[in-house]
Amino acid sequence: MKRFLPKSLLMLITCIALLGSGSILADAERMTFKNAQSETDYTKLVNELRCLVCQNQTIADSDADLAKDLRAKVYDMVEGGQTQDQVIDYMTTRYGDFVLYRPAFKMKTLLLWLGPIVFLLLAIFFVIRWVRSQATSPQSSGLSEAQQESVRDLLNKTQ
Amino acid sequence: MKLSALIPLGIFAVLAVFLYKGLELKPREVPSPFIGKPVPEFTLPKLMVDGKTISPNDLKGKVWMLNVFASWCVSCRAEHDVLTRFIKAEKVPVLGLNYKDQPKDAKEWLAALGNPYQHIAVDLEGSVGIDLGVYGVPETFVIDKQGIIRHKQTGPVFDETVRNDLLPLILKLREEKS
Repeated sequence: MKRFLPKSLLMLITCIALLGSGSILADAERMTFKNAQSETDYTKLVNELRCLVCQNQTIADSDADLAKDLRAKVYDMVEGGQTQDQVIDYMTTRYGDFVLYRPAFKMKTLLLWLGPIVFLLLAIFFVIRWVRSQATSPQSSGLSEAQQESVRDLLNKTQ
Repeated sequence: MKLSALIPLGIFAVLAVFLYKGLELKPREVPSPFIGKPVPEFTLPKLMVDGKTISPNDLKGKVWMLNVFASWCVSCRAEHDVLTRFIKAEKVPVLGLNYKDQPKDAKEWLAALGNPYQHIAVDLEGSVGIDLGVYGVPETFVIDKQGIIRHKQTGPVFDETVRNDLLPLILKLREEKS
């Protein structure tokens, strides 16, 4: 069983990698960019912005009408020479922080970002404490001397 | 019984509270960054009057509403009756933003259902819609006398919405000085 593990794991990783990529290719293929920078900016941005209609998709993945419009807007802006920050600014002033697929790291989102780490550290702390308390408690089986004797007798008999 | 035996129950109780609260959350209602900000400037052709344009400036000094609608939008049809009654009863000036619609379809739609709007702007490409952060038609903005957006309703307006949100707010805003 152990020998198969790396292979299947590798296949799983490949599948996940394939799933994640390529979603934007269909669109980018039909678009022409003035330079490579513009294309990278566009690809990065459409994968960073959330579609507000189907909220668990980026505008790159979504087929909603609004996502198409926003993709066109992003395209116009990067082709017009605007930087990534300018496009992000444009979108957040209109749609709020919600439009960012990766929430910004600030006071309001602190718990969101640090929460999992805090919980992990807490869990590690409690596990360590529990393990230690196990180690220090006396290793008693809870049987009296006489009971242990009879157990030993029984075990010897069956052998 | 040891106190630590109660820990799972405690965890369950906390989870239950969070999940119960989660039932009432409305993730579709994204908080609008426009609340408290001036309504974005735009000039669009009017639907009903050829060659004329309309802009939010034309309504300055009044408490008014901006309603985003389209003939292809099913929820717009659903809210139309409620909205019309409210607009007529309270005499609220309303600018309708006909969003990504064919003017011909919009006119037919209004002819069939009635036209409660004071002005209708044609946003053929949806560019003003983007400037207003529109993501789900219908949307309704309440704008005060200074031209500041004070409230946004995403999705259809129901009798309940009028009673609880729109009417009290509009009455309050009318008291403010311009």
